[in-house]
Amino acid sequence: MDSFNAIVQVLDSTIRLSVPLLLACLAGLYSERAGIFDIGLEGKMLVGAFAGAAAASVFHSAFIGLGTAVLISVAFAMVHGFASITHRGNQIVSGVAINFVAAGSTIILGQAWFEQGGRTPALQPGERFEAIVWPGAEAVRNVPILGPVYAELISGHSILVYFAFAMVPFTWWVLFRTRFGLRMRAVGENPAAVDTAGISVAWLRYRALICTGILTGVAGAYLSMVQNGGFVKDMTAGKGYIALAALIFAKWKPVNAMFACLLFGFLDAASIRLQGSPLPILGKVPVQFMQALPYVLTVILLAGFIGKAIPPRAGGVPYVKER
Amino acid sequence: MSTPYAKLPAWADYGLIPLINLSVAFIVAGFVVMLVGENPFRAAVILVEGAFGKGTGIAFTLFYATTFIFTGLSVAVAAHCSLFNIGTEGQAYIGGLGIALVCLSFDSVLPWWLIFPMAIVAAAAFGALWGFIPAYLQAKRGSHIVITTIMFNFIAASVMVYLLVGPLKPVGSQAPQTRNFLAGAELPKLNWMIELFGAKIRSAPLNICFLLALAMAFLVWLLIWRTKLGYEMRTYGHSPKAARYAGISETRIILTAMMISGALAGMMALNPVMGDQHNVAIDFVSGAGYVGIAVALMGRLHPVGIVLAAILFGMLYQGGAELAFEMPAISRDMIVIIQGLVILFAGALEHMFRPYIQALFASVSPKSVGMQAVKGKGA
Repeated sequence: MDSFNAIVQVLDSTIRLSVPLLLACLAGLYSERAGIFDIGLEGKMLVGAFAGAAAASVFHSAFIGLGTAVLISVAFAMVHGFASITHRGNQIVSGVAINFVAAGSTIILGQAWFEQGGRTPALQPGERFEAIVWPGAEAVRNVPILGPVYAELISGHSILVYFAFAMVPFTWWVLFRTRFGLRMRAVGENPAAVDTAGISVAWLRYRALICTGILTGVAGAYLSMVQNGGFVKDMTAGKGYIALAALIFAKWKPVNAMFACLLFGFLDAASIRLQGSPLPILGKVPVQFMQALPYVLTVILLAGFIGKAIPPRAGGVPYVKER
Repeated sequence: MSTPYAKLPAWADYGLIPLINLSVAFIVAGFVVMLVGENPFRAAVILVEGAFGKGTGIAFTLFYATTFIFTGLSVAVAAHCSLFNIGTEGQAYIGGLGIALVCLSFDSVLPWWLIFPMAIVAAAAFGALWGFIPAYLQAKRGSHIVITTIMFNFIAASVMVYLLVGPLKPVGSQAPQTRNFLAGAELPKLNWMIELFGAKIRSAPLNICFLLALAMAFLVWLLIWRTKLGYEMRTYGHSPKAARYAGISETRIILTAMMISGALAGMMALNPVMGDQHNVAIDFVSGAGYVGIAVALMGRLHPVGIVLAAILFGMLYQGGAELAFEMPAISRDMIVIIQGLVILFAGALEHMFRPYIQALFASVSPKSVGMQAVKGKGA
């Protein structure tokens, strides 16, 4: 029973750790499916985290915090759009720029406004998203197997966790069952055809980037308002890049994205849980190995050794109307 | 990409437009300073004085510039081949491993002038190796080099952390770094060069790596514009199809370009490791690889431009440290913002002002933008 409880706990932290990855990964999915590479996920998450925690602690409301996070994150997404759609700049250069501006400005503004070494004030109870306990969670806790699963895994998360997982089917539906989704996928594969059909390529791509901004904003808000109770400098710590890796791992599909993020979240949770204690067959695994595993797996996938990851065809190429 | 814009005179293309882009970046940075509640003009004065006001300041500025020349050249060499090497950071980190192995093995027996060449080779070889793998995957398996180099930065960080808290850490030490090198692995300082001009220097880490960096800048110029290999790289960078048609091997050119790029990145580690800290510590690269992107873009991928841009960023680093003293609200992270803005305006938005400048030039002197030639085609 002890080992079962341990497994449930690892899975529980897997869910918690994969939520920001999942949100950022789905965010990247919208923009990359529309043909805009976005390595600025990291930066947008970071400004979202900062804006969310800052606004929540100033206005004493978690929802105002979330709204601000989304707003600022969308604003950064629009800068990316302005550079890479309107001015046809290099999308990767623009993403790198956004990451730097985000990393620097969150620290500078945080220090100037709150004077706590780049942190925002610790969030009080009403200012962060609390865990939602499902009905009967405590009552069934002692039921073997199902009890802990219901009480730990399904119940007891904040609303953003449920939002993240609800976004998976929703994104699938948008992408494959709506007109907007069809056009968005088309604009990522063959923008000229979309243009010929009389639909604005630029406006479609901007809308995709708005979706990206919303989701990275929520991802950032999750980091600073659920996981941590305040903003700490550089708190995204490469999660945006892992999300990018997960997106490739998922071959740009929403349901796969969920499983990829859960896998990477599990690796993270397991490496925290093990902390140098030996595994049954492998012996002692260095923590750094577990931390590097998502990146190694992605490289192996990219190299085409586990299936082939084929990105949207027009990805990274600015659209120039024929004249 | 075909150029959708008409031509400008060279001085406008290489001087005016970068200058305008840079100014806009600094103006926006000035707004951030105002947002923090400080005077941007006073900040600029402190920054420049801190960087160039005293001999020590100049030496520090050039020390930082040395690092950025290496990383800037690294990014530029790959970029000439239209490869975006974001992996400079990781390649430099792994280059530090090569230096550590050489220095830890020989620093008790050999003098610096024997260790230095060996360390150069080791740093370049380790950096090149770290660039080779993503290049191979790009050339042979078609994996996108941007993504793989990002992944390799993280893998490099994990490898180095593992080594520096484990095998490379001296027994009984707590700090995650190698033991300090002995005198044999310390590079001679160059401070006398600045003292020649009558300035006083207290202690600054400027060392002979600066000269190595300038030599590399010259060699890169030679490589890109005066050799067959450089010509092939630029051809591939302009049009992979044309290169293939001309019989240039795609695999060979990608591998060579990325390995040279990685080697330059690896050599960056010489400067902080052997010239300043005399050990390899966790995260000693501290973002210099990413600064290289800004430097390369600002220098328009030309070695002369890169050296100038590197000195500018060296100035920002050194002056920024002084600024943090004088204005507590502004920490060194201000530089990160400036860096981001420079990448945004000099890189991603480099064409933003071009149409206006062209219109201006066309209205003043139509000939200078070649109006007659283009008019007939309806462009």
